[in-house]
Amino acid sequence: MKLADLNQAQRYRFIYKPAVFIASLAPLAWMTCGLFGWFGASLGPDPVKELEHECGKTALNFLMLTLAVTPLRQLLRRPQLLRLRRMLGLFAFSYALLHFSVYVVLDLELNLRQVGADIVKRPYITIGFTALLALLPLAVTSTNAMMRRLGSRWQRLHRLVYLIAVLGVWHYWWQVKRDIREPLLYCLILGLLLGYRLYRARRAPAAVTSTCGSATAQERTSAPALSPGS
Amino acid sequence: MAHIHRTAAAPIAPSQITPERVWLTRRRLMGGALTAALAGLAPGAVSATAEPSGAKLAYTPNSRYSVRERPNSFEDITTYNNFYEFGLQKDSASENAGSLRTRPWSVAVGGEAEVRGTFNLEDLLREQPLEERIYRLRCVEAWSMVIPWVGFPLARLLARFKPTSRARYVAFTTLYSPAQMPGQRVKVLDWPYVEGLRIDEAMHPLTLMVVGLYGRVLPNQDGAPLRLVVPWKYGFKSIKSIVRIDFTATQPRNSWNIAAPDEYGFYANVNPRVDHPRWSQASERRIGAPLFAARQPTLPFNGYAAEVADLYRGMDLRRYF
Repeated sequence: MKLADLNQAQRYRFIYKPAVFIASLAPLAWMTCGLFGWFGASLGPDPVKELEHECGKTALNFLMLTLAVTPLRQLLRRPQLLRLRRMLGLFAFSYALLHFSVYVVLDLELNLRQVGADIVKRPYITIGFTALLALLPLAVTSTNAMMRRLGSRWQRLHRLVYLIAVLGVWHYWWQVKRDIREPLLYCLILGLLLGYRLYRARRAPAAVTSTCGSATAQERTSAPALSPGS
Repeated sequence: MAHIHRTAAAPIAPSQITPERVWLTRRRLMGGALTAALAGLAPGAVSATAEPSGAKLAYTPNSRYSVRERPNSFEDITTYNNFYEFGLQKDSASENAGSLRTRPWSVAVGGEAEVRGTFNLEDLLREQPLEERIYRLRCVEAWSMVIPWVGFPLARLLARFKPTSRARYVAFTTLYSPAQMPGQRVKVLDWPYVEGLRIDEAMHPLTLMVVGLYGRVLPNQDGAPLRLVVPWKYGFKSIKSIVRIDFTATQPRNSWNIAAPDEYGFYANVNPRVDHPRWSQASERRIGAPLFAARQPTLPFNGYAAEVADLYRGMDLRRYF
């Protein structure tokens, strides 16, 4: 079967989505090599901290990518990019969960009392944990069946992702000792991604409704599994 | 100067070391099957260990003041540390410290002392027999190492300058040279780095002036050519690449306290009961330790309580953190 023979839906299903899936596993592969010292990779003298930070930053990266889908599909006029969003969101959740697991299992070595105390007493951990908890219902309701079941409430629920992204960046900012350059970069990116939405909503509320609020008939039929973007 | 002649405190009691070793062993046993299954995960097992380099020093080991824990590798100690003068990452110093020129090096001495002036480092070191002490190092960021330093007691150096009765504190200053220390081109801290000790802390026999590591001349990235090591305080008190020593009547300022006074105090004694506002100080992770056996409880005064707790008798350590 030649590429030209595939229609758009098939190209996403058989080519683009698998490619993005494999690319999304690259950070995990790199960290695994570093942990085991494969292919000369190394996580340095403090592998646990490195792993923790890399998982956290990868989760933030995927959150930003997820939030970039709507601006990109609108600006590039490629509505089909929406087909990739669920996967990106689930990778954000997976890396966030991995980040938390590394913290609990490798960093605190399963001292659950310390985990509890940290979550209650350390504001930046409280914030990060809240973001992780808030991601959970989004991951659970990401299936086609849940989308159909929730109907219009699905979109309202998934607007939580804005809050989660803010909490995630805040979590990063707050734990940094002195070097705020990277958290600042995430702040700028998040500001652009959220600012874009505010700008669109203010400038042309009707247009926002038509392109984001409810998908076109064509989109609905060709991609019933996917949500209307927001 | 009664301080100088005070008899050396008792060596670190075995009771302070043994429980930790037992604890670690127990942890490993408890880890049992899990640890065995993940034995291949031990970090560092596969990475090449850099050999100590630099000119060899003549020294005698001081077992009285050495802990019996296994020292970190030369590679860990020389590639993982905070030295913001060379950048903000843990490996910045090892990558950028080559530009530091440690010879010739002079130290200016001023303030409340009879002998003041600028001294060549060679002259300061000439009459100082060197000893090796294996000390714990506890970073305020809740990681720790065990490091075989080579140096001499700070008290022996300070005595040469004959501090007056008005000298109640000692202030230290790091080199300021953005050309040699590229990190100083970014104003993350108020350069130059400054630190200070109360005079009784400075005169304490545990307080070490360090010129070497693993029996050789101190690598640039670890604070060459002359640095302080105060093992019962968080690492940031142990100021590196010292060019100035002042005896003062009032408490000197210290860089991290200037940067964030609610997070870093003047005393900065290791204290598991006083948390950093953003993280716990109750435990620490030992760099280089195997997975699942790296976290261990932090000891009051980093395990040196028997020697130094008296210095702070009657002080509210929660207030003077």
